[in-house]
Amino acid sequence: VSEPLVEPVRFIDERTASAPLMRKFLRYLFPDHWSFLLGEVALYAFMVLIATGIYLALFYDPSTAKTIYHGSYTPLDGQMMSGAYKSVLELSLNDKAGLLMRQTHHWSADVFMVAIVLHLMRVFFTGAFRKPRELTWVVGLTLLFTALLEGYLGYSLVDDLLSGIGLAIGYGVGLSIPVIGGPLTLAIFGAPFPGKAVFFSRMYIAHVFLIPVLLATLIGVHLILIMARHHTQFRESRRTTDKRIVGVPLFPGQAPRSLALMFFVAGVLFLLGGLVQINPIWQWGPFEPWQATNGAQPDWYLGWLIGALRLMPSFDVTIGHFTLVPNPFWGGVVFPLFVVGVLGAFPWIERRFTKDRGVHNLADRPRDAPTRTAFGVAFLTWVFLVFVFGSADRIFVLFGLSYDTQLYIFRIGMWVVPVLLFFITRRICRDLLAAEVADATREQAEAEARGHPAVPA
Amino acid sequence: MKAWQWLVALFALLARSLRRRGRRRGDSGESGDGGSGRRERIVAAGTPERHAENVVLVLLAIATLFAFGFVVVYAEFSPAGLPNELLGICLGMSLLFIGAALTVVAKRLVVTEELEEDYPQEHPEQQAEVAEIIHESGSRITRKRLLLGAGAATGGALGLAALTPALSLGPVWDTGPLDRTPWRRGTRVVDENGQPISAASIDQRSFYTGFPEGADPENIGSPLVIVRLDPAKLELPAGRGDWAPDGILAFSKICTHAGCAIGLYRKPTFPVLEPNNALVCPCHYSTFDPYTGGTVIYGPAGRPLPQLPLEIDAAGDLRAAGNFSARVGPGWWAVREQPT
Repeated sequence: VSEPLVEPVRFIDERTASAPLMRKFLRYLFPDHWSFLLGEVALYAFMVLIATGIYLALFYDPSTAKTIYHGSYTPLDGQMMSGAYKSVLELSLNDKAGLLMRQTHHWSADVFMVAIVLHLMRVFFTGAFRKPRELTWVVGLTLLFTALLEGYLGYSLVDDLLSGIGLAIGYGVGLSIPVIGGPLTLAIFGAPFPGKAVFFSRMYIAHVFLIPVLLATLIGVHLILIMARHHTQFRESRRTTDKRIVGVPLFPGQAPRSLALMFFVAGVLFLLGGLVQINPIWQWGPFEPWQATNGAQPDWYLGWLIGALRLMPSFDVTIGHFTLVPNPFWGGVVFPLFVVGVLGAFPWIERRFTKDRGVHNLADRPRDAPTRTAFGVAFLTWVFLVFVFGSADRIFVLFGLSYDTQLYIFRIGMWVVPVLLFFITRRICRDLLAAEVADATREQAEAEARGHPAVPA
Repeated sequence: MKAWQWLVALFALLARSLRRRGRRRGDSGESGDGGSGRRERIVAAGTPERHAENVVLVLLAIATLFAFGFVVVYAEFSPAGLPNELLGICLGMSLLFIGAALTVVAKRLVVTEELEEDYPQEHPEQQAEVAEIIHESGSRITRKRLLLGAGAATGGALGLAALTPALSLGPVWDTGPLDRTPWRRGTRVVDENGQPISAASIDQRSFYTGFPEGADPENIGSPLVIVRLDPAKLELPAGRGDWAPDGILAFSKICTHAGCAIGLYRKPTFPVLEPNNALVCPCHYSTFDPYTGGTVIYGPAGRPLPQLPLEIDAAGDLRAAGNFSARVGPGWWAVREQPT
């Protein structure tokens, strides 16, 4: 072994006694399957978010003080606007590379959420959340919802017209929390909407420090939990069992692959940030509480909440003169809490039905657990239909189907379609399994007919 | 080109040192590496691939050029003609080519091993020992429950004390700010520029935004949406007979659903059921009927739009004849009380 490597390793081990750990770490095994990369994509998008976010923080000014704009973007010349909006305008239009960083940041946030959701689906449909990985699953869900809040705060900080509309809805949802909603939301905003000037500083510190630290901590815990019990693996050969893991070691096999993925993710995100416009805030103009625009759409990951708010029939739950449950509570709080509650409790819900308390290191194929797969398809479809209805006004513009008609279609469809899909999916899974058994039997029979001993599939 | 040469040299060094790794002592913890009896190496040997190395060098060279390109683009262009696309292309392509180089390294230059080992196991003995250590550590304590209870109570009290300063964030006990609006009998209605709005200027085919003179327009109790309707078709609730002089009506512009602005005034979409124009919030399409005093005809809002009584002064300008019919803004516990 060459000397230049021995010396630094010895130096570190003599001072930290970590050679056994390093050795174990280098030979940590990664089972090989493309779908295992989804979580890594999320991790690398998060790294791009941190890097671009640090850059943006050096230019952003969380000020609500009104100034009159006389910058390079003449359509807004003479407009009254907040210091926050002005700083983002100037960062986007005047500072070199500022727009690249801002658009890449925004794209990264959207890709981050896509990767997390796809990763969640992969883990769900392969049963990778089962014992001993329930905690990893719960931490991952917490990550998803923390990231959602982080993204919402991020685009609220810009203080353009769409930001302000989003914040107004957030204020309305906050107020709608039964009994304590009023005082609680007043405490957060400091005053009725749009809140005290200090509210923007509060959002800012939450967006650039408190929540990122929480996210990084959750990511750390998530990874430590994964490493403690290792990845799941598919049953690809007879060597892969619940007891034995087969895979590529971190070094040298996995490291260049994973690093390559990191550079690909970052490269695509910067290409998107450079080439594909996202959230052209100079076109929206500054926000005032008395302004709103038609056809407003949030970032995709909040679409299911706007859909739920829009789908609710018109009623408040009242007790005498008091309003116990204002309407936005159902779509803005109950709906997402129900979704996260069902997903978070799913490992234990499933255990109650299957009575299966064993350790599972082998990932199921979706067909291996027909009821789980059917439930997952139904449940995600339910959420997805609500999500689609969040764009009903755009669907009207694109396809001419009136908003009112869509409202009634979705109010019925969101209950009927998932139930149908549940039975269809379960049928498909069971048929696939039955076909495999039939194939195996046939092959065995053919082998025997040829006079050879049976070859297990 | 100096940095580029450095990079090649560095990489060549790295590749050489990687290739030279060999002749290491055998290892007991690992299985699956051949098993032919000669267990000198940990990482399996592979054949050198000079061609793949060349590909990696070319890819890294291109990545380097793009990285330099980024610097050049940044330096050469003026802010006015900012080539955001070029900056993105340079940085993005540089990263993609590094990714491509690493892919070649992964596929062709490093040894691809498939190893196996046991999944981590549970440790029943240590589990029992952990419980035992904790249990035995308390052997001198006789009233465990009492002490634990006292500790929990103290912890809870301290936690409460630690959380209390959070109350300073906003007016937690005083929800008065949610109740108040700046409108009083006689408050003049002004437009965005602070100019009075004359009754004559309100056209039946449009809608207008008004504010209380001298008050903060950003206060959500401030903005009004003003429309003129045919007085004969009005069906206002009892007691609002004189709230709409000349058929001019004013409502809070803040939606009672989630607090967005009532930004749309639409024609009937389905005249059979909804014969009148309606006020619409574009966020969740809560739709209010101005003819009936702001009642909800569609969408999720749970409460009518608060109406502001109007009067026309001697100069012909609009003034408030009192406060809103209800509290403004999204719903909360006491939103159905009277405004102050």
